[in-house]
Amino acid sequence: MAKEILQVKNLQVQVEEKEILHGLDLSVGEGEVHVIMGPNGAGKSTLGSSLMGDPRYEITGGEIIFQGENITGEATDKIAKKGMFLSFQNPIEVPGISLSNFIRSSLEQKTGKHIRVWDFKKNLEKTMEILAMDTSYAERDLNVGFSGGEKKKAEILQLLMLAPALAILDETDSGLDVDAVRTVSKGIEEYKKSVGGALMIITHSTKILEALSVDRVHILVEGRIVKEGGEELIADINENGFEKYL
Amino acid sequence: MSEEKTYVEDIDRSIYDFRYEENDAYKVEEGLTEDIVRQISSEKDDPEWMRDFRLHSLEVFNNTQMVDWGPDIAGLDMANIVTYVRPNTDRMHADWEEVPTDIKETFERLGIPQAERESLAGVGAQYDSELVYHNVKDEVAAQGVIYTDLESALHTEHAKMIREHFMKLVPPTDHKFAALHGAVWSGGSFVYVPPGVSVEIPLQSYFRLNAPGAGQFEHTLIIVDKGAYLHFIEGCSAPKYNVANLHAGCVELYVGEDATLRYSTIENWSKNMYNLNTKRAKVEKGGKVEWISGSFGSHVSYLYPMSVLAGEGARAEFTSVTFAGKGQNLDTGTKVVHSAPKTSSYINTRSISKDGGISTFRSSVVVANAAKESKSAVSCQSLMLDDISRSDTIPAMDIRTADADVGHEAKIGRISDDVVFYLMSRGLSEEDARALIVSGFADNVGKELPLEYAVEMNNLIRLEMKGSIG
Repeated sequence: MAKEILQVKNLQVQVEEKEILHGLDLSVGEGEVHVIMGPNGAGKSTLGSSLMGDPRYEITGGEIIFQGENITGEATDKIAKKGMFLSFQNPIEVPGISLSNFIRSSLEQKTGKHIRVWDFKKNLEKTMEILAMDTSYAERDLNVGFSGGEKKKAEILQLLMLAPALAILDETDSGLDVDAVRTVSKGIEEYKKSVGGALMIITHSTKILEALSVDRVHILVEGRIVKEGGEELIADINENGFEKYL
Repeated sequence: MSEEKTYVEDIDRSIYDFRYEENDAYKVEEGLTEDIVRQISSEKDDPEWMRDFRLHSLEVFNNTQMVDWGPDIAGLDMANIVTYVRPNTDRMHADWEEVPTDIKETFERLGIPQAERESLAGVGAQYDSELVYHNVKDEVAAQGVIYTDLESALHTEHAKMIREHFMKLVPPTDHKFAALHGAVWSGGSFVYVPPGVSVEIPLQSYFRLNAPGAGQFEHTLIIVDKGAYLHFIEGCSAPKYNVANLHAGCVELYVGEDATLRYSTIENWSKNMYNLNTKRAKVEKGGKVEWISGSFGSHVSYLYPMSVLAGEGARAEFTSVTFAGKGQNLDTGTKVVHSAPKTSSYINTRSISKDGGISTFRSSVVVANAAKESKSAVSCQSLMLDDISRSDTIPAMDIRTADADVGHEAKIGRISDDVVFYLMSRGLSEEDARALIVSGFADNVGKELPLEYAVEMNNLIRLEMKGSIG
């Protein structure tokens, strides 16, 4: 296994007094591709949000080590600056802020440097081309009135522009048609190729995984990892579902 | 007067808060008497009708009840307000080099001369009661555009036009502070745009109140003739004192047939200011008035720009944002009177309240019986940034014809944790995320302002949001 970028040790998380994750262990090596699969309500999204420091999820036990530092209880922006990225299952609409300005502000926060508008624009347009996104989206209000597919593409656009060391993709393929899944997959491949970061792909289907070489699969059921294995687990789930783990 | 009423905690407004020693050449006693009004009138060398107008207004003032329906103004005692302060310069200049150093530096720090060089067709700068600088670009003057101060215009060939329009839209009998304005008005601007002339870049007036315990009562009279176009920008600020200051300006806009006037304001009075300002526009057939208004400062504001749609097809657009922070009670809104057929109005307002600030939106839309086939749409949104702040919406509609299309929508909300988490997940701090959300909320005004003013507004929002994370 490559050097670990993320170690989750005995993580316990609760939301509104109800425990969702009951002591979860997980390790991801640098540049590796991990898949988290599980039925609805297993705690997959809770895992993604907790790793990203969402204050609505209370960590009641265990710890999260990211890039060698304990980030348990750390503020979300600090975690983001250390190189973690979460692609949202339901990207939020934010009126009055353009997609382009948002990405530029984020980049400036991350690098602590002023970014020249001209260079940024060129880079952004090039990246939008990879994702077959119309460049007019750059000047539109962030996610406002975007279709489901465009919202997910906008997430992948942010991923490619911000180039994090670890990307957590929460159900990025859900609700997308075949073409959109193909485009998003292409964006993820591009991330692997140009950034070389690690991926944690949370999904309950496998369409998005077809073009990726997966290092490790974790099956999450009722707040616990019940099974881990290689790529062969995906085929097994495809054929038999989660039934035997319930 | 009560000190604690006017003392409010303040954000770091250092770019506005610097002040110079009072170095005025002349000022009247505190309070308001016939003698003081006569002194102001003779200082200004008023024509006889204007002196009589002032004295009549004073009488109206004395016989009019104090307003009692809005925010508390008990902290404002007219007996303590100095109504006229002449800065230490004997006349208005058309060259910044001739303006006295302390006053010139004030406007330099506010960026006015730079803005004039870069993006304005003309500038007027008022310091306390008098204009100290007024200039208009040659090419604009060559189009026949008049942009000057009212006092000197009263002694020129424009006197007749001014007399025909001055306080005809806002008569002294309108309310107590209109009467006060009629009695002690000083400074402001007179603008006339001839028929068919389009002024491509904006004119701007900047009002700065430097003297503590003083009032500023500038009068802005703008006449845009048939088919003409003008964008006029008004800016105002003052350093903070712990005594009450009063601003009771008056703006009268006459928009001719098929003419368009855009009137933009970024108001950032210090938080000891009582801002009791009256603005009104009359729009003729096919004409249009566009109000763009950002209210950030003052302790108490009463501000409801009004549009009278007098001719067929006349239109009004009102776009505003009001930000009430700690110790502020800002009562803002607009009034539209549809008195001719096929007139339309569109009102789009945002108000933000924070740290116990009170923001009240009032609107009044009147559609007269004659205003057949008229349309009005009102949309107001409020954002409360915490549990101790307050936001009220008081929309009124008086529709006298069945043949009108009138709509109203109101929304009150908070910043949701979802949005903050989303923005923070990309590396923005909580403070930056919230400031960005509030700027986005105020974008209805931001996107209508010229770029440099939009930037100034966003900086104001950023300042107001500083330290807002508990």
